[in-house]
Amino acid sequence: MKTHEVVIQSGRSERHYWSDLWRNRELLLILSMRDISVRYKQTALGVSWSLIRPLTTMLIMVFVFSKVAKLPADPGIPYPLMVLSGLTIWTFFSNAFTQVSASITTNANLVTKVYFPRLIMPMSSVMVSFLDFLISLSLFVIFAIWYQVSPDWHLLFLPVFILLALLASFAFGLFFAVLNVRFRDVGQLIPFLVQVGFYACPIAYSSRLVSGESWYTLYMLNPLVGIIDGFRWALLGGKAYFNPQSVLASVLIIGLCLSLALYFFRKRENTFVDDI
Amino acid sequence: MSVIAAENISKRYIIDHKRGKGTNTLRDVVTESFRNWFGRKQDPDQTLEREEFWALRDVNFSINQGDRVGIVGHNGAGKSTLLKILSKITEPTTGSVRIQGRVASLLEVGTGFHPELTGRENIYLNGSILGMKREEIRKAFDEIVDFGGIEKFLDTPVKRYSSGMYVRLGFAIAAHLDPEIMIIDEVLAVGDAEFQKKCLGKMRDVSASGRTILFVSHNLTAVQALCNKTFYFEKGRLMEQGETNHVIASYLSRVSKTKLIRTWETPEEAPGNDQVRIRRVELIPEYPDKTTHIDVRTPMRVRFEFWNMMDRANLNLSLHLNSLTGECIFNVGTQSKPYSKGLIAGECYIPGYFLNDGSYSISVMVVKDTVTPLFNLEEGITFEVEDYREGVAWYGKWPGYVRPQFPFDMKMVEEEAFAK
Repeated sequence: MKTHEVVIQSGRSERHYWSDLWRNRELLLILSMRDISVRYKQTALGVSWSLIRPLTTMLIMVFVFSKVAKLPADPGIPYPLMVLSGLTIWTFFSNAFTQVSASITTNANLVTKVYFPRLIMPMSSVMVSFLDFLISLSLFVIFAIWYQVSPDWHLLFLPVFILLALLASFAFGLFFAVLNVRFRDVGQLIPFLVQVGFYACPIAYSSRLVSGESWYTLYMLNPLVGIIDGFRWALLGGKAYFNPQSVLASVLIIGLCLSLALYFFRKRENTFVDDI
Repeated sequence: MSVIAAENISKRYIIDHKRGKGTNTLRDVVTESFRNWFGRKQDPDQTLEREEFWALRDVNFSINQGDRVGIVGHNGAGKSTLLKILSKITEPTTGSVRIQGRVASLLEVGTGFHPELTGRENIYLNGSILGMKREEIRKAFDEIVDFGGIEKFLDTPVKRYSSGMYVRLGFAIAAHLDPEIMIIDEVLAVGDAEFQKKCLGKMRDVSASGRTILFVSHNLTAVQALCNKTFYFEKGRLMEQGETNHVIASYLSRVSKTKLIRTWETPEEAPGNDQVRIRRVELIPEYPDKTTHIDVRTPMRVRFEFWNMMDRANLNLSLHLNSLTGECIFNVGTQSKPYSKGLIAGECYIPGYFLNDGSYSISVMVVKDTVTPLFNLEEGITFEVEDYREGVAWYGKWPGYVRPQFPFDMKMVEEEAFAK
């Protein structure tokens, strides 16, 4: 039998880190299942909460922004559908981002007592949010049928934007997850960031409305703009406003942030327990 | 063959003492760094005092395959830090450890149990967290349920379990791990006597199969029963390592010499109040010949001195002897008598063959007019009574808080031949 040798030393990262991560894939699955099955224990409505929340948010937004503020949708697209598509992908991003940034601290009891690649915890948070996203996507399908909007070839690009949203939430969340271990201020900051992000992103309105502004280039640097516009474009077709340049910006920024966040995380993960 | 080799491992923690109030939040760090950037002199009342604390210092050892190593030492001696480093939960500040083989560490019973999940779900959850494959858990499932004795509650959320069931389930899962090296921290401190016996038996089975065990415990009897080697830590240093009986004997003799006396030189620094101040509290063991530590045979005297600042008061002393968990084992008091200002001493005698082995603390209270407590020195002295047995082949934990030798005889009443 081949013996498995481990060297424990300061600053020395595990040589087999990525294969270790792969070996622990069952743990990833089980931690995700734990979070999913625990969430709706002792609730009367159970999983329907994943539908009720986006539905009510959408109804409120339709009332406030369309009926009261009279914001126009992209021509040829029903306003509720525009809001719902933006809201679905935004909710996925913001939930995953929030969960990932809290993933290490909420699992403090594991961090202090047992070793496994710490990256498992944020990864399982993303998986849980992804499942929620799939459920809420079905809400969109129902509304699309109601408004008799059928998808076309644009739909093929949908997975690209979902993947980008997933990577974005993971990259940003990871960075805050590390900070959160040391500074619990992050717990206060995140809901605030999410709230600001909601208005800084084209959710209740179309990017078309701001595309003529002088600061539009700056606006595009928000990696979520490309993702949300693209997601909407893939679902609702060419009538939705979509600027491919914004996706380029998203890909570059997310790629950079993800590498930095991973580097930062790997550098700190061996001493999480000393600060938590 | 050496399976664990530690070279010069040290672990440093930085403790931030904030002068003034507040914890180390982001704001503090930001303002602090701004201050440094702009080269401003630091506000003397607002500086962060950084103190180094070495939880482990230059520890070297090597453990061979099949060794069963007990790790003993006081709280804060660095035992848990060592286990955390060996389990890869944290990394050492300096030095390195080489480990050959799969390690399972059990620093807590039922790590990651979720209260809302059922026993069945938690077996899978906890098993995976401890590094078992799902297939392995499935195979061991029935045995785990059986060992833990929780068949009836398999589909009940563990939040409805009694604490005993919770611990049993946790240990049952851990007992079915199949690592080459097993690291165990104080798990036996919980659970009832019967279950503890079961656990010790299981651990002996594991070690008999040639696996390496590291075992941290305050239960020296268990360490003696289970381990062939023992490490003794004090203040982060590995003081002694070697054959168990030898190391434990020297550990015990050191333990008894420390902290059995507490004195305060002047009334200003002494604990107390305007009426009375404690000067000294001391536990004086009267060792029978050859012994150098307190065990169940040792008689002891508790000596207590305090300053009385009141002109004339009816005072008496009340002594509480408590177990480590805070239960009072007995309370004795002196007669109440009038005293004038000055230094007053009291002494209490605790005979040998009275206390059982365990950790105890002594609190002394000064009482006025037999009803008004003036001052209570809580946990004035804490001490350990070690086990001692003769002519007994059984080494489980002796039950009870006291172990008196009351007259208890037996004799043959009538001889009768049953044979034929």
